[in-house]
Amino acid sequence: MPKTTLAQAQTDLRRRNKIRSTLGSWAMVFPAILFLCVFTLYPMFNLVQISMYRGNAANAYKKYIGLENYRQLLFVRREFLIALKNTAYYTFIHMFLLIALSVIFAVWLQKDRKINNFAQTAFFVPHLVASVSCAFIWSWIFSTDTSGLMNTVLRAFGLPARNWLGSTSTAMNCVIVMNTWKSIGYYALIILSALKAIPAEIYEAARLDSSSTCKTFFKITLPMLSPQLFMLLITITTGSFKVFDSIRIMTNGGPGTSTQVLCMFIYEFAFNRNNSLGMGAAGGVMLMLILILITLFDFKGLEKKVHYQ
Amino acid sequence: MKDLQIKRRFKNYLPNLVSDILKLICVIIFVFPFYWMFITAFKTYNEAILTPPTLWPRNFTFQSFIDIVNMEISFGRFAFNSVVVTASIIVMQLLIMVPAAYAFAKRKFFGKGLCWSIVLVAFMIPGQVTYIPIYLMMAKARMINSLWPQILPFATNSFGIFMLRQAFKQIPDELVESARLDNASELQIMTRIMLPMAKSSMVTIAMFSFVSHWNAYFWPLVMTNNDKYRPLTMYIEKIKDAEYGLIWNNIMAANVILVVPVLIVFLFASKKIIKAFAYNGMK
Repeated sequence: MPKTTLAQAQTDLRRRNKIRSTLGSWAMVFPAILFLCVFTLYPMFNLVQISMYRGNAANAYKKYIGLENYRQLLFVRREFLIALKNTAYYTFIHMFLLIALSVIFAVWLQKDRKINNFAQTAFFVPHLVASVSCAFIWSWIFSTDTSGLMNTVLRAFGLPARNWLGSTSTAMNCVIVMNTWKSIGYYALIILSALKAIPAEIYEAARLDSSSTCKTFFKITLPMLSPQLFMLLITITTGSFKVFDSIRIMTNGGPGTSTQVLCMFIYEFAFNRNNSLGMGAAGGVMLMLILILITLFDFKGLEKKVHYQ
Repeated sequence: MKDLQIKRRFKNYLPNLVSDILKLICVIIFVFPFYWMFITAFKTYNEAILTPPTLWPRNFTFQSFIDIVNMEISFGRFAFNSVVVTASIIVMQLLIMVPAAYAFAKRKFFGKGLCWSIVLVAFMIPGQVTYIPIYLMMAKARMINSLWPQILPFATNSFGIFMLRQAFKQIPDELVESARLDNASELQIMTRIMLPMAKSSMVTIAMFSFVSHWNAYFWPLVMTNNDKYRPLTMYIEKIKDAEYGLIWNNIMAANVILVVPVLIVFLFASKKIIKAFAYNGMK
């Protein structure tokens, strides 16, 4: 056999193998990519399209109205801006409470002792339980029925009972308390594992320099935690903008509009009103933009200040 | 002698005492809502609304459970839906995500970069935004009256692919190469080498899916028009709206049924789960 044909046959075979291998890879990836495209990427573009139409769930594309829905949201109707304001309030307070408390808890439970491990587990449980269940339990605790636990306790101390979930000044705070209770164990856990990763020598050095506990915490512990704190900041802010379940069950947006949040606004307008699907979709697009902005802002603004080891 | 030892031990422990008592109080406050849920489920209605409330049921009864199972809204159907939806999501995810993650981790192919960027972009888009188009899509496909809208959108999740790829990447290439030299098929490599070595990541992903879809409320709320296809989370809401007003012991009994499976799983694998969640947060 002449040499050239042998070499040709070899390259041929190699090429065929390569094609087969590529096809095999594609077969492996294809189902996953297909599902992601159909149920995540396409809906994202489709949402933008829907937001330019007036329509309802039965017929989303009744009439093309361009950016009218956005104008309605931002300049004509008040609902969206109220929802945005409430969500921002919720996010801000929730984030502050969660980060402060979870750092405190993590430092408190840092030592490897039985009671600390037990407490960690106990604090973590609410995170796994359905927010529906948590919301029900807490709405009973805050209930104005004579059996409402919070008011019973207050009365026992001779304090006046309050209409916790039924008054505009306290409803949102009750929801925040409930959600903080629910997720604190999770965030404390993350900070805790970060704490344990801080090398002991650094603390040792600080002790040799006879630095005070307080100073050690602010000069060493916090800076060393900054990558995790920064991650938490993003997770908590984006997560808070998506809050829905607990609010829907505890207050359903009320009283008045005091606990109306973005996701409720979108749901309400998309499915429970006449011909306002497009406006709900526009709200969805805004939410998406906000989430992207938060992530970018956090990355840009904080990356410089974060200490990576 | 022994006395002294105990004394010394106590002396060493003393500075911790106050902090430990505070810790216990915190734990009690944290766990109390669940305790409250459990004991209320076993109270009679009259006792449940008693003031001041009793801390332990006077008449320990299963009546609330019997009541909710016998209500005209069929409990069995809701429970069945929850189980079917959660189980099929987990199975589908593993079937679809394992090969994809394997290809991303261990194979080179044309278009890999593009596919990976699709995964990454999908990672950033939240379900709270995409549900309107998906609802319309499902309505068009006439699937609203079925369990599919609750299953199909979750058949893959980019976070899972991400995590699995990470786990597969840690398995040395030589292992895969030598298996290939031994003429092992790709399927064999996946099932005999990859899966056993990435077991803990698989369990973690399955756990995440179980918790988040068993507890799901928003998605079924949007995607169903009919009680026939609704899961347990919505059953609780149904009981709340039942004709007699708020019957707290029944509501809490339904909550107990919803919560117990998750708690059982947690009880058996709490260390592993805590580790998994911590890992997830760190990365």
